[in-house]
Amino acid sequence: MRPTDEDAGVPREALFEYLLRLGDDRLVLGHRLSEWCGHGPVLEEDIALSNVALDLIGQATHFLRLAGQVEGQGRDEDALAYFRDAIDYRNVNLVELPNGDYGRTIVRQFLFDAWSVLLLDGLQRATHTELAGIAAKAHKEARYHVRHSGEWVIRLGDGTEESHRRVQTAVDELWPYTGELFAADQVDRLLARVIAPEPAALEPVWREVVIDVLHRATLTPPAEGYMHSGGRQGRHTEHLGHLLAEMQILARSHPGAKW
Amino acid sequence: MAAANQPDHASDQWPLWEVFTQAKDGAPHEHAGSVHAPDAEIALQNARDVYARRGEVVSVWVVPSAAIVASSPEDQGPFFDPADDKPYRHPQFYKTPRGVRVY
Repeated sequence: MRPTDEDAGVPREALFEYLLRLGDDRLVLGHRLSEWCGHGPVLEEDIALSNVALDLIGQATHFLRLAGQVEGQGRDEDALAYFRDAIDYRNVNLVELPNGDYGRTIVRQFLFDAWSVLLLDGLQRATHTELAGIAAKAHKEARYHVRHSGEWVIRLGDGTEESHRRVQTAVDELWPYTGELFAADQVDRLLARVIAPEPAALEPVWREVVIDVLHRATLTPPAEGYMHSGGRQGRHTEHLGHLLAEMQILARSHPGAKW
Repeated sequence: MAAANQPDHASDQWPLWEVFTQAKDGAPHEHAGSVHAPDAEIALQNARDVYARRGEVVSVWVVPSAAIVASSPEDQGPFFDPADDKPYRHPQFYKTPRGVRVY
């Protein structure tokens, strides 16, 4: 592992791994959201969610391109997106879960957005200038994303009896997947401070933002309990394989295809 | 509750909002189109997504369509009569005095 000046002494391998996490979270979630395209509950929301999906895929493209450069093995963003199997994906399990109804999609999005905006805010001050630049641009988008998803959590939670019930169920079911956002391993410890915020440092702020919105939505924050983990290490739910199969089939059937 | 916050007709459609976008500081807000939304905040977000995402827009207004008072088609004659018989209402009627720079 060769440290470089740009990487502030962080081993290349750790930086590569970290960039994959950033890229994979956004690629997988962006692809999930794109499943709503043409199926949104109203035209305006169909457009809104497709826009968010495009933003996330754009962010993923930048993070994965940089990952490929850091890795130095000649893999570009397409190679990393289309020619890795589920076990090589480093996204948190939260983002690969099926969409469910619109309320569940919105809750998943809000839990992610509220975290993402904090992470990107910290990352835009990274000593790695290129990473900081990507994060700064993504941060602007994420601020809109969390506004959109947060406002919808409030309206659905504080909406009809049925929307309240559905969204509360989604919160209860998705909450156990949020622990991964704040768990740190060796990679996070190597990057902490010089490049990335410490995951655990984001949790109190995230919790405050999320619980405030849940209260305004008349929803009950779940009690502390079991948290799923493993996504960062390549241990995924059964849903990721299906998602990747659909996402990758064209590139794998026609390698190098251009359109 | 204002009329604009009530669903249209007896359907389950959200109220309609007119969207105005501003291309740059100081420019007028121009009508861009309309969106359906349950309330003002969502109307603003929908307007942003539909009309302000690709172009250079620095400001968006949303106005409940119900709040707009419009002339009716049958008004066309009397309301917009150009008064062609009153040429002095047009700036071209007046000669530019010598010594005034013409742009």
